[in-house]
Amino acid sequence: MGRGVGSRSGGGAAQPPWHSLPDEVWEHAFSFLPAAADRGAAAGACRGWLRAERRSRRRLAVANCYATSPRDAVERFPSVRAAEVKGKPHFADFGLVPPAWGAEAAPWVAAAADGWPLLEELSFKRMVVTDECLEMIAASFRNFQVLRLVSCEGFSTAGLAAITEGCRNLRELDLQENYIEDCSSHWLSSFPESFTSLETLNFSCLDGEVNFAVLERLVTRCHNLKTLKLNNAIPLDKVASLLRKAPHIVELGTGKFSADYHPDLFAKLEAAFAGCKSLRRLSGAWDAVPDYLSAFYGVCEGLTSLNLSYATVRGPELIKFISRCKNLQQLWVMDLIEDHGLAVVASTCSKLQELRVFPSDPFGAGQVLLTERGLVDVSASCPMLESVLYFCRRMTNEALITIAKNRPNFTCFRLCILEPRTPDYITQQSLDAGFSAIVESCKGLRRLSVSGLLTDLVFKSIGEHADRLEMLSIAFAGNSDLGLHYILSGCKSLKKLEIRDCPFGNKPLLANAAKLETMRSLWMSSCSLTLGACRQLAQKMPRLTVEIMNDPGRACPLDALPDESPVEKLYVYRTIAGPRSDTPDYVQIV
Amino acid sequence: MSPPLELDYIGLSPPAAATDDLKGTELRLGLPGSESPERRVAAAAATTLELLPTKGAKRGFSDEVPSPPPAAAAGKGKKVAEEEEDKKVTATPQPAAKAQVVGWPPIRSYRKNTMATNQLKSSKEDADAKQGQGFLYVKVSMDGAPYLRKVDLKTYKNYKDLSTALEKMFIGFTTGKDALSENRKDGEYVLTFEDKDGDWMLVGDVPWEMFADSCRRLRIMKGSDAIGLAPRAVEKSKNRN
Repeated sequence: MGRGVGSRSGGGAAQPPWHSLPDEVWEHAFSFLPAAADRGAAAGACRGWLRAERRSRRRLAVANCYATSPRDAVERFPSVRAAEVKGKPHFADFGLVPPAWGAEAAPWVAAAADGWPLLEELSFKRMVVTDECLEMIAASFRNFQVLRLVSCEGFSTAGLAAITEGCRNLRELDLQENYIEDCSSHWLSSFPESFTSLETLNFSCLDGEVNFAVLERLVTRCHNLKTLKLNNAIPLDKVASLLRKAPHIVELGTGKFSADYHPDLFAKLEAAFAGCKSLRRLSGAWDAVPDYLSAFYGVCEGLTSLNLSYATVRGPELIKFISRCKNLQQLWVMDLIEDHGLAVVASTCSKLQELRVFPSDPFGAGQVLLTERGLVDVSASCPMLESVLYFCRRMTNEALITIAKNRPNFTCFRLCILEPRTPDYITQQSLDAGFSAIVESCKGLRRLSVSGLLTDLVFKSIGEHADRLEMLSIAFAGNSDLGLHYILSGCKSLKKLEIRDCPFGNKPLLANAAKLETMRSLWMSSCSLTLGACRQLAQKMPRLTVEIMNDPGRACPLDALPDESPVEKLYVYRTIAGPRSDTPDYVQIV
Repeated sequence: MSPPLELDYIGLSPPAAATDDLKGTELRLGLPGSESPERRVAAAAATTLELLPTKGAKRGFSDEVPSPPPAAAAGKGKKVAEEEEDKKVTATPQPAAKAQVVGWPPIRSYRKNTMATNQLKSSKEDADAKQGQGFLYVKVSMDGAPYLRKVDLKTYKNYKDLSTALEKMFIGFTTGKDALSENRKDGEYVLTFEDKDGDWMLVGDVPWEMFADSCRRLRIMKGSDAIGLAPRAVEKSKNRN
């Protein structure tokens, strides 16, 4: 590439031959760059490549819906076929963002309807999607194939009916963890009888009843159905019937898996599962019926993904089950598995890549026997383990150092010690040494969540060593402004930083203002910020939006407040669209 | 990059005093940031209470309906509120503080809701009882009765209260006899329960608290079916009357 910074009107020097190549050639070349980052880099090389790249871009991911206006995005990338847009900040998942904050999908759907008539895939995460949006989607895109909604709200089964009725080429309807209002609309029945293209159907988050006969007919006629995730309304014996109609299924979510034990039902299930030779991914809210687990034994060996994170199964049956799953790559489970269960996982699942352990009783006294031991064992014996989310009650530096030594290949390490500021339970020291070991050893670490008792020193290590870190989550940690300063002045690749309940103040924020423009977003809540600093930041950095969240009950104009006023919640993000105009009363843009 | 920061070490910065900012996230049955969970919780409450209508019933006996709904709902609401951490944040660092903090531990609202709903539905588990739930509903079936009832074991203090209540509940089903106790004397009906291991036991052998702790459901069994039970146990139940 070298010197061709393409001024096509070109000076006297002979231009490289590739300058005269038509755009279509470049577009074809760029189609071999799957990663958006690579395409973005190519687009930055010269105007010719910019033009060729943006006109041929097929997939667009907008990680912050307010980073750009929908119209700009559609205009810049006119050939997009698949778009993903994310809305609210991550901490909204934990209830830290009050309702009606924003992140409406409607402007995006409207802009897409105008500018992307050939759109095939749409994915929204943490956004407000209304029934009108869904109706517009159904009406605007004649070749619409994939709808994925994750952690969204604002729509009902009536909106779903518009999709199922109107999208004749629908392949995927994937609803993950949304809050869907049940209007008793017959969305499932709205699939025409002639409709057979469904490959993925996930309605696990839907609360209401579904017409089973309709579901069964749908499953029977959609021969390409690979993913089926049911909701809690489907009882076990019906699950068995469905499996007989769709034995080629690859991913199954069973919904509520509980029934009083009955040998006939057991036999039915066992036979149904025995027929599912392609089943690789299994999930469901299994409700403590160990007797039925052995009905699955036939599929265990083929499983690559197992999500029991809503299952309250415990004890020997669970372990017997998992010990047959030798090919697991992904395991999500409750801490009911306990240390000795994880020891079995360690010795059985040599191909494990991702482990998530959730707390079964997060607000209780904690009688489950899951400790740091479980994680140490798995890290020691699973050579491909690279992603961990682990909730536990105690940890030691020694354990973390061992883990770091055994698994330098972590890309995602999220440890949540349930009680804030918990020290090393043996030495009573902070866990600085442990987490430092993690960032020093795991050079490819992209995501990190820290917890337990931590001083500013751990942030020094993170700032210095975590060169590839893109997302960092901090809570109840640090001693002083220095902690934040270490992070913002280090962490070369940092994109998302979210902090809560840390004694970080104004100085490091202002001193590192420029860093914020290299990042996607910063969230700080219950820290030591004041309004004056936020004003200064906003003034200094016009391409950042500085949002402050007040008490929703109190609509006090920001201008009236003095500089010393404390700021409870701050959300800062870079944008080319200027300040948004859809803020609720309690959000003020400085 | 800006010059090295001059920081005066004041130790921990003063805590953000604006706990008021969280008012919008406080003390609601629903979680902040979502509407449906209120409905979801309410729906779960409705299924668990399962109070049968007394009007239009063919049997027309007086019900002993335990525990008025408001108390139960309040108990449930409290439980859910605790789980959903609607209490205020204390921003001041207090390692020993057990006060629940908004949004901590970082579990997605969706997961918290689903777990809460699952726990409400399977309220027979020990863990729930230990969490101090205000009610403990178990199904009561009676051989030959067209439908089941539910009783809240926490409203009774001993076996006598329970049996009196059950008598009143099922009085319409006895065949030609006036009271359940009469049947029991004749050995026609026997009260049994399923414990958390899934075994069917005779009611009355263990202290009340132990029974209430491990009882998952009740069954008023025909005496003839109870022949399988140890004769001594049956004798014991007769003697209790």
